[in-house]
Amino acid sequence: MADLIKVENLVKYFPVAAGNVHAVDDVSFAIKEGETLGLVGESGCGKSTTGRLLIRLIEATSGRILYRGRDIASADKKTLHDMRKEMQIIFQDPFSSLDPRKSIGETIGKPLEIFGMGSKREREEMVDALMEKVGLSPRLFYKYPHELDGGRRQRVGIARALSLSPSFIVCDEPVSALDVSIQAQILNLLQELQETMKLTYLFVSHDLSVVKHISNRIAVMYLGKIVESSPSLELFSNTLHPYSQALLAAVPIPKLDRKRERFILSGGVPSPINPPSGCRFHTRCPWKMDICSREEPPLTDRGGGHFVACHKVK
Amino acid sequence: MNNENGTLFAPSSGRTKEREKRRSPWWEVWRRLRRNKAAVAGMSVVILLVVVAVLAPVLAPYDPNQTNIKMRLQGPSSEHPLGTDNFGRDMLSRIIYGSRISLYVGFVAVGIGAVFGGILGAIGGYYGGRLDNFIMRCMDVLLAIPQIILAIAIVGALGTSLLNLMIAVGISQLPRYARVVRASALTVRGQEYVEAARAVGASDARIILENILPNCMAPIIVQSTLGVAQAILSAAALSFLGLGIQPPTAEWGSMLSSGRQFLRNAPYLTFFPGLAISVVVLALNIFGDGLRDSLDPKLRQ
Repeated sequence: MADLIKVENLVKYFPVAAGNVHAVDDVSFAIKEGETLGLVGESGCGKSTTGRLLIRLIEATSGRILYRGRDIASADKKTLHDMRKEMQIIFQDPFSSLDPRKSIGETIGKPLEIFGMGSKREREEMVDALMEKVGLSPRLFYKYPHELDGGRRQRVGIARALSLSPSFIVCDEPVSALDVSIQAQILNLLQELQETMKLTYLFVSHDLSVVKHISNRIAVMYLGKIVESSPSLELFSNTLHPYSQALLAAVPIPKLDRKRERFILSGGVPSPINPPSGCRFHTRCPWKMDICSREEPPLTDRGGGHFVACHKVK
Repeated sequence: MNNENGTLFAPSSGRTKEREKRRSPWWEVWRRLRRNKAAVAGMSVVILLVVVAVLAPVLAPYDPNQTNIKMRLQGPSSEHPLGTDNFGRDMLSRIIYGSRISLYVGFVAVGIGAVFGGILGAIGGYYGGRLDNFIMRCMDVLLAIPQIILAIAIVGALGTSLLNLMIAVGISQLPRYARVVRASALTVRGQEYVEAARAVGASDARIILENILPNCMAPIIVQSTLGVAQAILSAAALSFLGLGIQPPTAEWGSMLSSGRQFLRNAPYLTFFPGLAISVVVLALNIFGDGLRDSLDPKLRQ
């Protein structure tokens, strides 16, 4: 399969009073058509920003975003508007992502209206079909968001994203605001939709166990940079970067008698305004060497499409 | 299959008929408003006053401008329920006729202020940055000048007429609408549903009109109901200065101010027009309060 999305040297700095927040700093990756890239990292590492940059909800500082080989980072307004049909987003918070003054039907049908698809009557039919597709009863058409629970609200958000039949969807922590029991339902729904509609996902999450299920590849971000990226299973069986290992060690395992070697990081995340020199992780890394604070390790292939940015890993 | 609880596909037959009853948003608002007794009372008073204004020629017992020097400054009596003024004109008739001008000026001036102020505020709040700064500094300039002096200047520049009076009062009220709308627009703009609207290709104009403004309705309505009262008073003050409604046209504000000089001997000359203004203001405030609540789908029972 060809790459649907290819990101090259993507950079986003947010200017603040104290300088620039290095939210995303020279990130490159590609997602093949029909696949899912999981993007994990802790809060503030730039993973959500990356997702929003990809569909140009925010403008990149520099870098290229190629969608089917076309650069959309520099696309004009008209092209961008047309791109909206191709790329959509599902938001994290099902409470603030739906307009409280619009009925469910209105919210889902709005994209169709904006792109002038069909008559009002036909659009309502399409909305009914979309609601069924995401497992919502069409009788909820005239309900308001506050009348639904979190899981159903998230289904509304998914239906809205699907309404224009996009090929690529950024899922920005779509389940992290939901109850665990609902999480599985939504994840299953996303997987089913991926198969039936040939969707490509960028799946942003801070929860490794969630990402593990849905992703083909996983990229780990730390302070605006990708530190490790590999096929999903490989990352779990052969974790190379010390930060990824710490993340994995933090996943709770429901077994009482199991003794684990804990891999606990000391210290906090350094300021993204003045990120550390060299390897950004060196301030907290248990394997720190001299070279780490001087030179930035490049993201290099260790075989089998397993990329790591670490001086120690050979 | 149990569609409600997460299995994927709902039965596909007769889906449109299965929808819960279609309820138009306005019907829904009305249904909620009806439950609020105070709001219904306020609305009834407002409607009653509008009816009185429309039917003034039928309801008024006398010609409001008919002077009768022999009957001047009479207290309330069976012949003149609210007394007569210093020209012997019947106060009841003048108050009935005055409601026409006062309500008209109040509503139109507030309409002008709320529409333009609201749009300016929404634009400023939504775009932020320099445009916001520019708009809000202009509003600050308007605010810095006392409202009445500003209105005088505008009427002075445009010339004396009822329309210009309403424009002047409307413009002098612009900043308060701009400010409250901007404040709520700032919070609304950060919501994910605005981002979602952009993600599905909505233009800025569409977002401002369909997402930002509807979600700023509450403060606009509260401001407007208060604003009507102030507009009536401002118009009265301008009329008093000879810049608005010209005598002998009956108007509550000018009646109030011309009654002032007889406050000791004939207090009813100021009491009844004042009461009329207070009743309108109170009714509008209560109605506005209820309307704001019923416009919020979250408060729905």
